[in-house]
Amino acid sequence: MIDIAFTLNGAPCTVTAPPFAPLSDTLRERLGLTGTKEGCNAGDCGACTVLVDGAQACACLIPSAQVQSAQVETVEATDGAVGAVLARLRAAFLAHGAAQCGICSPGMLMAAADLLLRDAAPDRAAVRDALGGVLCRCTGYAKILDAVLDASPQATHSPLAGEAVGASIARLDGAAKLDGTDRFGADEAPADALWLRVVRSPHASARFSLGDLEAARGALGLEAIITAADVPGLNAFGIMPNLKDQPVLADGLVRFRGEALLGLVGTREAVAAVRDAALPITWHPLPALHGAAAASAADAPQLHAHAPGNLLIEGRLNRNTPARDVANAEGHFTTGFVEHAYIEPEAGYAQPAPDGIGMEVFACTQAPYMDREETARVLGVAEDAVRIRPSACGGGFGGKLDVSVQPLLAVAARKAGRPVRIIYSRAESMASTTKRHPASITARMAADAEGRFTSYEFDADFNTGAYASWGATVANRVPVHAGGPYRITNLRNRARAIYTNDTPAGAFRGFGVPQAAIATESLVDDLAEQLGLDRWEIRRRNAIGRGDTTHSGQVLHASAGLPECLDALKPDWNAMLAQVAAHNATAPRVRLGAGIACMWYGCGNTSMSNPSRMKLTLARDGTLTLFNGAVDIGQGSTTVMAQICADALGLPLAQFRFVLGDTARTYDAGKTSASRQTFVSGRAAMETGLALRRRILALANAGEDAVLALDGTQLRVGEARVIDLAALPEDLEAEGRYDPPTTALDADGQGTPYATYGFAAQIALVSVDTALGVTKVRRIVAAQDVGRAVNPTLVLGQIHGGIAQGLGLALMEEFIPGRTENLHDYLIPTVGDVPEIDVHLIEDPEPEGPYGAKGVGEPALVPTAPAILSAIRHATGVTMRQVPVLPHRLWEAQRALRR
Amino acid sequence: MGMTAYHRPTTLQDALAIRAGADVAVLAGGTDIFPARTARAAWGDPTHRDVLDISAIPGLRDIEETAEGWRIGCLVTWSGLLRAPLPPIFDGLKAASREVGGMQVQSRGTLVGNLVTASPAGDGIPNLLALDATVEIAGPHGIRRLPVADFLTGYRATALAADELVIALQVPRLENAQGGFRKLGARHYLVISIAMAAGVIATNTAGRITAARIALGACSTTAQRLPALEAVLTGVDHAQAARVVQPHHLEAITPIDDIRATAAYRRDAALVLLRDLLEARA
Repeated sequence: MIDIAFTLNGAPCTVTAPPFAPLSDTLRERLGLTGTKEGCNAGDCGACTVLVDGAQACACLIPSAQVQSAQVETVEATDGAVGAVLARLRAAFLAHGAAQCGICSPGMLMAAADLLLRDAAPDRAAVRDALGGVLCRCTGYAKILDAVLDASPQATHSPLAGEAVGASIARLDGAAKLDGTDRFGADEAPADALWLRVVRSPHASARFSLGDLEAARGALGLEAIITAADVPGLNAFGIMPNLKDQPVLADGLVRFRGEALLGLVGTREAVAAVRDAALPITWHPLPALHGAAAASAADAPQLHAHAPGNLLIEGRLNRNTPARDVANAEGHFTTGFVEHAYIEPEAGYAQPAPDGIGMEVFACTQAPYMDREETARVLGVAEDAVRIRPSACGGGFGGKLDVSVQPLLAVAARKAGRPVRIIYSRAESMASTTKRHPASITARMAADAEGRFTSYEFDADFNTGAYASWGATVANRVPVHAGGPYRITNLRNRARAIYTNDTPAGAFRGFGVPQAAIATESLVDDLAEQLGLDRWEIRRRNAIGRGDTTHSGQVLHASAGLPECLDALKPDWNAMLAQVAAHNATAPRVRLGAGIACMWYGCGNTSMSNPSRMKLTLARDGTLTLFNGAVDIGQGSTTVMAQICADALGLPLAQFRFVLGDTARTYDAGKTSASRQTFVSGRAAMETGLALRRRILALANAGEDAVLALDGTQLRVGEARVIDLAALPEDLEAEGRYDPPTTALDADGQGTPYATYGFAAQIALVSVDTALGVTKVRRIVAAQDVGRAVNPTLVLGQIHGGIAQGLGLALMEEFIPGRTENLHDYLIPTVGDVPEIDVHLIEDPEPEGPYGAKGVGEPALVPTAPAILSAIRHATGVTMRQVPVLPHRLWEAQRALRR
Repeated sequence: MGMTAYHRPTTLQDALAIRAGADVAVLAGGTDIFPARTARAAWGDPTHRDVLDISAIPGLRDIEETAEGWRIGCLVTWSGLLRAPLPPIFDGLKAASREVGGMQVQSRGTLVGNLVTASPAGDGIPNLLALDATVEIAGPHGIRRLPVADFLTGYRATALAADELVIALQVPRLENAQGGFRKLGARHYLVISIAMAAGVIATNTAGRITAARIALGACSTTAQRLPALEAVLTGVDHAQAARVVQPHHLEAITPIDDIRATAAYRRDAALVLLRDLLEARA
C-alpha cells in the first residue's frame, strides 16, 4: 500500500491503495466513486473511461501509482470546465434517449467530454473517433452520436394529463444513469460483506474429487470454502418447471468449461490471492461432446439420465403436406454461439436474515420472481423468505433471465452467516452464463408460378449446451415462427434442442427465431431469383396480414401490419436498387448490394400463462405511487408503464412516484423477456390506472369522462366534486392484472400460441470489398409494426439497438468456448460499425394491448442479419449460409463461386 | 495481487538496478500488462511478477530531431506521436496510432511497449521495420543499439536481456520519403489486426522509387520486411508500383489459421493490402 496524492474532480485527494491496483478499483472500492464502471478490466469496453491530465483513458489499465500528482476527472465531476461540459452532455443524452441501461453512459460521457474540451464543434466523424473506444450494447450508438453533436441545455417537457402515451419523454430513470449514481450490481454492498470467488472447471467434461478443503481453507486464510455439500436445499436450478438440471455447485462431475464447483469466501484480498492450483482438486478429464452433431451421434455418451440421445426436447409444427412446386429452394445453414455481451458483468450481494431462514439478494436480473423461486429452492426455504431486490441492470438481452450469482451468493451467505458479495470477471461471465443457441438448419421452400409460397419444411438442431436453460422455449417457439411472416399452407417444421458439453445456451433476444430467419429469408431470395421476381415483390405478395391464418392455425384478427411495413419501405428499396445498379455498373472492386428481410414475432410466452400484476395507490397525503415489478433493463419499461398508467388514470405523469421491482414490495410483473413488458405489463399498468380511476369516479359519483386534477390532498373530479384525500378512512388502492389469452399447441403445433405478434421488415445497403471480403453496412431502413409507439424515442432506441446486435450476428460475433472469453477476441459492433438507420414506425393497433401497443425489443433484431446476407448476395453473387460472415469466409465463398 | 512488489523509480540508474536484481515486468502504459493479468486471474492464477513502472523516469517522453533523424523516447504514447509535428515518412506510424485500440489506449500505451510485447499483431511493428528504426537499449554495461528486425526474435520474444530496458527508438532520416499503413480487421475501432502492411517509399523528382521499405504484420510469428519486393520496387515509377507486387514476393511469410482468419486468406489479403498501400503512394 502506498499513499497517492492527486487531484480528483478538481479537489486534492490522497488515497492509500496498492500501487498496482487499477485506478478503476481504487476509485470504486477505496474512494466510493462507483460512477466509473468496470466492464472488462482489459481496456476492451471503455466503460471505465476517465480523464487523466485531460485525456480519456481506461481507468482499468492505469496502475493507481501512476496518478500520483495527476489530474483525474470522473463522471462525478461537477465543477470547472469538465463539470460544465458534462452537464450539457447529460441534458442532451437524456433528451435524445442516448442512455438505455446506463452502464456505458459514464464512459461515453467522459469520452465525449474529452472531445468537446478539445473541439467545441466536432463533426460526426470526430465524435465517432472520440467514442470509438467505448462499447454500447443497447443503443446502436445513433442516439449517442446525436446527443454529443447536440450537447446543449435542452427543454424538458412533461406531458399533460391524458397526453403521456405517444410522447417522446425522457426516460424517468435517466438522470441517475448519467450522473454516476445509479446502483448496478457491483455498486452496492454492506460494509461487512465478505467476498465470494467461484472456482470453475477448466475442462468441458470431467470428473473431479476434492481433498482436504478444511486444511486448504485454513492455509489460505478463507472464511469458508463452499461445495455441493453446503447447498441447504436442492442443488439444482433451471428454467423449466419440471427440469432443474443445473447444479449450483457441481458434485463430482462437470459438463462444461466454466461450470462452478467451489466457492471461496473470505476477505477480498484472501479470495483474490488464491491460485486454483493450490486447491485440493483432482481432475479426471472425460471426452467432451462439442456441437450438436457430436452429441447426436449414435455412440455419443449420454450427458443426462433424463435425455436419451442427448435430446432435451423436440418442437414440431405440421400443417397439411408440403410438396414440390414450380420453384423450389433448399439450403443448409449454420450459426454459432452468440454472447449477450452486456457491458455489466453479473454482480450483487446476499444478506442473510438473523433467523437463519430469510435471505435478501441484491443483483442484476431480468426476472426477480424467478430468481426468488430458484434461490428459495436452493436454500430449502419458502419463497417468501427470499427477497430479491434488482439492482440497476446493465444490459440483459435474455442473458440475465437465468440465475447466475443469486444462488451462489445465497449459499455462501448462509454458510458464512454474513453478507457476501461477488462481481463476475468478464471471462467468468462469458464462460459461465448462457449464449444464443448455435443452430444447424436444413430448410426447403416452394412457390408456384406466381411466386406464392406453397410449402415450407424446416429441420433444425439447436445446441443447448450442458444444461437445459431456455432450450425448450427455443424448441417450441422456433417451429411456430420458422416459415416467416408469410401465407404458407403446407408446413413441416421440427426443432430439436440437443445437450452437449458446450456453454449452456439460453435466451437471447429472439429465442432461436433470428437463426431461423437467416435460413428462411435466404430461401425466399432463392425463390425470387428462380422466378425472376423482385425480392421486395415476392415478400409483398406473400406477406401475412389482417384476416390471414398463421402456420399454427391462428387467424390474425388485428394488428398485422407487415404489408404496411413493406409498403413503407418500397420507395427506399427502389432508390437503393438504383443506387446499387449505378455504382456497380463499372464492376468496381468495392461493390454495393441491397438486401431485404421480414419477420414476425409472438409477444409473450409461447402458449403459457404469463401474467403481470401491478398496484397503484393514492395516499391520504396526496402521494400517487405505482408499484411496478417490471424490471427495466434499459429498454425503458419504467417509463412506458408510467406513461400508460398515467393516461389510464387521467393524472399527469409528473405526479407519479414509483416503487420498482422488489419482490417484497411489488407484485410479479413477470420476466423482462419475450417482448412482453410493453404488451403484457403495459396492459396491467393500464388496468391498474383504470381500476383506480373507477374507484375515484365511484367515490365522487362522477361520470366516466370526468377530468381529474390532484393538488396536494385535494383531488378534483370533474367540475363539481373535490375529494379531500386526507379525510378518507384509508389510502385509495387499486390493482390491475393481465394475462394474454393463448391456447396450448397440439401435437402438430396448432393453436393460439400468442395473443399478438410484432411484424417488421428491413432493407440493408452494404458495400463489399470483394478483394478482401470485408462487408460494411452503409444503411438500414427499418419498418416495424409496434401497434402503438407509447414512447417513440424509446421505441427507436430498441430498434437501433436490435439492428446493431443483428449486424453483429451477421458479420462478427462468434463465441468459442475457451477462446473468445473476452471483448477483444469476441467482437461486438463499435460506433464505427453501425450504419445510418432510418425507421418507419407502423402503428396498426393491437386491441389487446395498452392503447394499441405491443412488443418491440426482439422484433428489431430478427430481420437485420438476413437483410445483410441478402445484400451481400446482391453485391457479390455469393449466398452466405453461415454466420458470422467474417472477411475470410466471404473471400473463400467468392473463390468457390469463381471456381 | 497482494505479494506483487511495485517499483516506480525516478532515475534510469535505479530502474536498471531493479531490473538487474529481480525478475520484473516492465510497465509503461500498462495497456498490455493489465489485460494479461486479467486473463490469467480469471482462470485461477492471480499471481503476478513484480512490477517495474518506468513512467516516473524523466526525459523519456520526448520526440527529438537529431542529426541522423529522430529519437522517440520509450514513454512516447500513441497520441503523443500523433500530436508531434513529424514529416510524411511518419504517416504510416501515425495511421497506426489512430487504429490501436481506442483513444483510451492511445493516450496511455507506448510505441516502445508495443514493440517490446512483440505480438505478431502489434500495429506499430511493421511501421518501425519500414522506418528502419533502431532500438536503443540501456543495460548494466551501457547503451547498445539493435535494428528492430534483429530485436524481434520470435513470437512475443525479443533480444532484450533480463537486465536491460529499451529507452528509445531511433528513426533515420530518408529524404522525400512517405510512410503508409493498411490495417485489416473485422470491425472498426478496437480491433486486433487480421493482417497489415506498412511501407516507406522514397521517390526522386521524376517520380521513380529510390528506396522502398515494405513490411507485413500479423502474417508470420513476427512482422517482417519483404526484401525481394523492395528490390524490384527500386527504380520503378511510383505510379506503377502496385502492379509490381506478385505472390512470390510473399514467399517468406508464414501466416496461420486462427479465429480471425485462415492462412490462405491472410496470404491473399496481404497481397491486396500491399497493392493498396503502393496504389495510395504509400
